[in-house]
Amino acid sequence: MTLDHYLKCLIGIVVRETRRFIHQRGRFISALVRPLVWLFIFAAGFRSVLGVSIIPPYETYVLYEVYITPGLIAMIQLFNGMQSSLSMVYDREMGSMKSLLVSPLPRWYLLTCKLLAGVAVSILQVYMFLVIAAFWEIGVPPLGYVAILPALILSGLMVGSLGMLLSSTIKQLENFAGVMNFVIFPMFFASSTLYPLWKIKESSLILYYICAYNPFTHAVEMIRFSLYGQVNAYSILYVLVSLALFLGIAIYGYDPSRGFVGRKGGPVA
Amino acid sequence: MKAVETLAEGAETATDATPALEVAGIGHSFGDLHALDDVSFAVWPGEFTVLLGLNGAGKTTLFSLITRLYHNRKGSVRIFGLDIRRHSSEVLARIGVVFQQPSIDLDLSVAQNLYYHASLHGMSRRRAQEKMETELSRLNMLERAHDKVRQLSGGQRRRVEIARSMMHRPRLLLLDEPTVGLDIDGRRAIIEHVRRLCGEENIAVLWATHLIDEVDERDRVIVLHEGRVLAFGGVAEVTQNAGTATIAEAFANLTRDD
Repeated sequence: MTLDHYLKCLIGIVVRETRRFIHQRGRFISALVRPLVWLFIFAAGFRSVLGVSIIPPYETYVLYEVYITPGLIAMIQLFNGMQSSLSMVYDREMGSMKSLLVSPLPRWYLLTCKLLAGVAVSILQVYMFLVIAAFWEIGVPPLGYVAILPALILSGLMVGSLGMLLSSTIKQLENFAGVMNFVIFPMFFASSTLYPLWKIKESSLILYYICAYNPFTHAVEMIRFSLYGQVNAYSILYVLVSLALFLGIAIYGYDPSRGFVGRKGGPVA
Repeated sequence: MKAVETLAEGAETATDATPALEVAGIGHSFGDLHALDDVSFAVWPGEFTVLLGLNGAGKTTLFSLITRLYHNRKGSVRIFGLDIRRHSSEVLARIGVVFQQPSIDLDLSVAQNLYYHASLHGMSRRRAQEKMETELSRLNMLERAHDKVRQLSGGQRRRVEIARSMMHRPRLLLLDEPTVGLDIDGRRAIIEHVRRLCGEENIAVLWATHLIDEVDERDRVIVLHEGRVLAFGGVAEVTQNAGTATIAEAFANLTRDD
């Protein structure tokens, strides 16, 4: 197995996932509508209610829309990551997942490629969102569009491997509604997406700690800083450690003799 | 069964006498349910071997063990003399698999599906294109290469899956009930094609089915019932041992619930 083989495999998987996403028009549109509803309706409505003081990386007062944009970017990735990870496990993808797993490269690599492909799709969604947001006058420094890319790869991998971990270990999370209630909403609301952490601290100290330790908060902060060409080292480290942890357990969980493939693929025939 | 025993301790290098696939004493359970119990058999290059079993006999579980989707805890599986646990990459590169469940992307074209598979096997675009043309023309499907799979009939989709399984030039082809849901013509076309591949390219074929009429008298058969191998050998041998006139009667007798 040469390096060339590994590379061809990665490209093949990423191209396939991207093509599938583009062909599935429903998924394409809903991936865009969700954050735009938050941006156009929620943020516009709350603009005057919620004032955001000057905190890094912002150097001046910002509109509420501007404040929540990084969080919405992370939300796009969270949804996409959960969706693609769940479909890896429970959907009709099962057939194509099998054909992927019987190809020669090691399983951990194939799963990582699958995750990276999901990340590529989420990045596509993020840039489409940013283009539309730019028309809504939510501008980002031009360099920010480039600087955000490494952050998006990291955060995308983190939420994707979290999705894989959850779907491989918790049997009850078989449908997306369950994931929405028990994973996406708590992660999203208990984070710095909609309100800065210091503001949460004023209302509840416990909630503040929950938010501060929520890996999603750090994905959001990492993206927020990178949009302005800055590095939030603590958040990057937090995301990296979470990613390593989630991915490690997810790959372990995917082992056919221990994990859910054996369980789900039960005695059918 | 003797052949399997004598070859069980085979060397890691393949010779003419090395079976393409050698399953020795494997078992698998789902909780308390024994899906497979002490299963042994072998498949040789150029031979068409039919794995006969009713639904629930353990055929798919067996395929999952051979393709390393599940790990075998008991017994061993060797492909061209190589143990699948120790040489999984080399082994998987030599196997072509057609699963019972359809596993091609309906929204992508035939060519895109085949190129995807080729990339998993590290094939260059040019080699992939050549091989795709060969395999699709063999199946009279070349003119459909750029159609979306969704536009194809069930039989045509199945043919695409067989073309895909052949893309990386496997030496062992595993097909799990490949004719399920097809009409008579579709079934015949597929079985004839695979028999031709087996003969012309000296490929070893393991064909799982519950349809007795898919067995030819030159084939070797494995009768799998409730997770155990009840018979293994040429059609004539199995028929004779069962004391029946036809393989259909032999299969019916062997799998009858008493």
